[in-house]
Amino acid sequence: MAVLDSPRIVTARAQYDDSHTLARYVATGGYEGLRKALTLFPEEVAREVDDASLLGRGGAGFPAGRKWSMLRKSQISYLVVNGDESEPATFKDHFLVERDPHQLIEGVIIAAYALQVNQAFIFLRGEFALGLERVQQALNDAYEHGALGSKIFDSNFSLDIVVHPGAGAYICGEETALIEALEGKRGFPRIKPPFFPAVNGLYGEPTVVNNVETMANLPWIVLNGGKAFAGLGGGRSTGTRLFALAGRVKNPGIYEIEMVKNTFRDLIYDPALGGGITNDATIKAFIPGGVSAPWFGPDMLDLPIGQDEVAEKASMLGSGSVVVLDETSCVVRAAWRIAKFFSRESCGQCTPCREGSGWIERAMYRLEHGGGRMEDLDMLLDLMDNIAPGLTWPPQQTTICVLGPSIPSSVHAAIDMFRDEFAEHVKLQGCPFD
Amino acid sequence: MSHLRVELRQRAEELIALYPRPRSAMLPLLHLAQEQDGYLSEAGIEEVAQLTGTTPADVRGTAAFYDMYHLEPVGKYVVGVCTNIACLLAGGIELLEHASSTLRCAVGETSDDGLFTLEETECLADCDFAPCVQVNHRFVRTTTAATFDALVSDLREGKRENEIPSHGTLIRVRRNGGLRAQKNDVNTERTDAKAARDQRAEEKA
Repeated sequence: MAVLDSPRIVTARAQYDDSHTLARYVATGGYEGLRKALTLFPEEVAREVDDASLLGRGGAGFPAGRKWSMLRKSQISYLVVNGDESEPATFKDHFLVERDPHQLIEGVIIAAYALQVNQAFIFLRGEFALGLERVQQALNDAYEHGALGSKIFDSNFSLDIVVHPGAGAYICGEETALIEALEGKRGFPRIKPPFFPAVNGLYGEPTVVNNVETMANLPWIVLNGGKAFAGLGGGRSTGTRLFALAGRVKNPGIYEIEMVKNTFRDLIYDPALGGGITNDATIKAFIPGGVSAPWFGPDMLDLPIGQDEVAEKASMLGSGSVVVLDETSCVVRAAWRIAKFFSRESCGQCTPCREGSGWIERAMYRLEHGGGRMEDLDMLLDLMDNIAPGLTWPPQQTTICVLGPSIPSSVHAAIDMFRDEFAEHVKLQGCPFD
Repeated sequence: MSHLRVELRQRAEELIALYPRPRSAMLPLLHLAQEQDGYLSEAGIEEVAQLTGTTPADVRGTAAFYDMYHLEPVGKYVVGVCTNIACLLAGGIELLEHASSTLRCAVGETSDDGLFTLEETECLADCDFAPCVQVNHRFVRTTTAATFDALVSDLREGKRENEIPSHGTLIRVRRNGGLRAQKNDVNTERTDAKAARDQRAEEKA
C-alpha cells in the first residue's frame, strides 16, 4: 500500500485554481520562508539545505548543499535555474512554473541569499509560453511586494531575477549548454574539465546551476528546518519528490510522494496515484527515470522509489519521469522513437553521438517498418558499444556530455529484454502490432 | 531605420538592458523578430545582429540551432503534434497523420491557404494530456481526432485568437520593474550585501 500521509512540500497549492497568483501565495504562507531566511546568516541557510540532504531534482541527483559549498570559497557571480525541462515524458517543472511560480521565485531568492548572489536567471523552455508569462508576472508582483529588487523586505540583501526563454533544444538542459544559450550562442555543451560551472560558468565566472524543483523545495526547508526534510524518505533519498507518470496508466499525472516509502507498484497501481494499467492490461516494462534511463521489467515493480535503490539495479531515477509500457505497446517502436529523439537532438559536436544516433535510428526504423535482419541486433550492440563502451550502467563516456551515453539505454534494454519481439518483426518484415 | 516596429524595438532595448552583456539577449530578441514577421526575415536577422553586436551570419547560425526559430515563412498557426514516447503510447503518430489530412498539408509543410504549418515535435512536457498538441506554442489539449478537428474549425473561423495569439512566445511577457530595468548597478548592491554580512557577523560575535 502506498504511503501517502507525508506533507505536501511543493504541491501544497495545487488544489487552488489561482495558485499562481501573489494573493493566493501570500494567503497560504508564501514568502514566510524568505522572511525567516533573511533573519539568518547566509551560511545558516546553506546549512539547513545541507542538513536536508536535498538531492538535485534535475536528473543527476547531485546534493544541492554540496554543489553550493564547493563554491563558497570564492564569491559566486550568478545563480542560474534550469527550467529547460525536455527529457521526454518529464513534465514536473512545467507544472511548477505554471501552477506555483512564486514558490519557485521564493526558492531562488533564498538560494541567492545563501550564496550571496545578486543576479539570478531562470531559464525556461521557449515552448512554455504560459509558463514564461506566469513567471514574469510573478516576478513583477514580487518586486512590487518587496520580495525582490533593492533591499528585500528591508534587509540589506538585493537581488535581480531575469526570466530567459529557450528556443527548442533538448541539449540546453545540460548545464554548460544552458549557459552557452544564456550567453546568446548555440547550445553546445562545454568541454570538461572543469566539470562544474562553479569553476567556469556564465561569462567565465563562478555560477551555480540548480533545477526548478530543487529551488521549489527551499521555502519549506527553511521554514521547517533541514532536519525535518531529512526525516522524510530514507537513506540518501530524503524528502518528497515529484514523479511524472505517463504512458499506459489510467491516471497519468504529477504525484508528490515520499522518497523510498513507496514502490513503483504503488505509483503505478494505487488508486490514489496511477490507478493501474489502461484497460486493466498487463504491464510489459517501465522506464524509471526518463528515456535516458535503462528500462525495468515487471520484476522491479516492488523496488522502493529511491535514488540509490534504483541505481543499485543499474538504472536511474533521473528526471522523475516514469513511463509504462503494456502488452499493447510495441517495444521496437518505442525504442525506435526514443532513438529518433536522440538523433534529432544531438548537438553534433562529437562523432560517436552525432553519427551513432542516426545509425541507430535508421537500423531501428527498418526493424520496425520492414527491412530488418536479425544481424542488425548485434550490429546495434556493437555500434552502441562505441558510444558507451561496455554498455554498462552508469555508462562509460566517449563524448563531451552525457547525451551520447544516454542513447543506448532504451535500445539496449529493448534488445536485452524483448529479443523475441525483434525476431517477430524480422519474420513478419513489419510490426506485429500494426 | 528600424525594421522592428517601434514597440518591439523598445521591448528589444529593454530586454538587452536586463543582461550583463547584450549578446545574452539573442534568444529573446529572435523571439521578438519572429513575433513581428512570423519567421526570421533577413531584415529581422540584421537588426538582431546590430542590437547584439554580432553579425547576421552569426545570428543566422545561432538561430538555425534552435527548433523554435523558422528561417522560412510559416503559416499563421504552427501546429505541433508530439509523437515522443508518452504520446506515441497514446496514439501520437495516428493523431499526426490525422492532423495532416485535416490541415491538408504534409508534416513540415504549410497549407496552401497559408493558415497552417504542421510540425512533428519532440516531447512538450504535457504528457498527462497525451497525445500533446500545441498551436503557436500554446497547449490546446486536444487529444482526440474529433477535438482536434473542432479546434481547427475554430481556428479557421478566427474564434480562438485571444487564447492562441499569433507568433511570439514572449508576446505577453512584459517586465515592469527591477534593478537592471531601472539601470541600477547590481555591483553596488553586491558590495552592500557584503558589507551587511560583515556587519551582521560582527554583531553576532
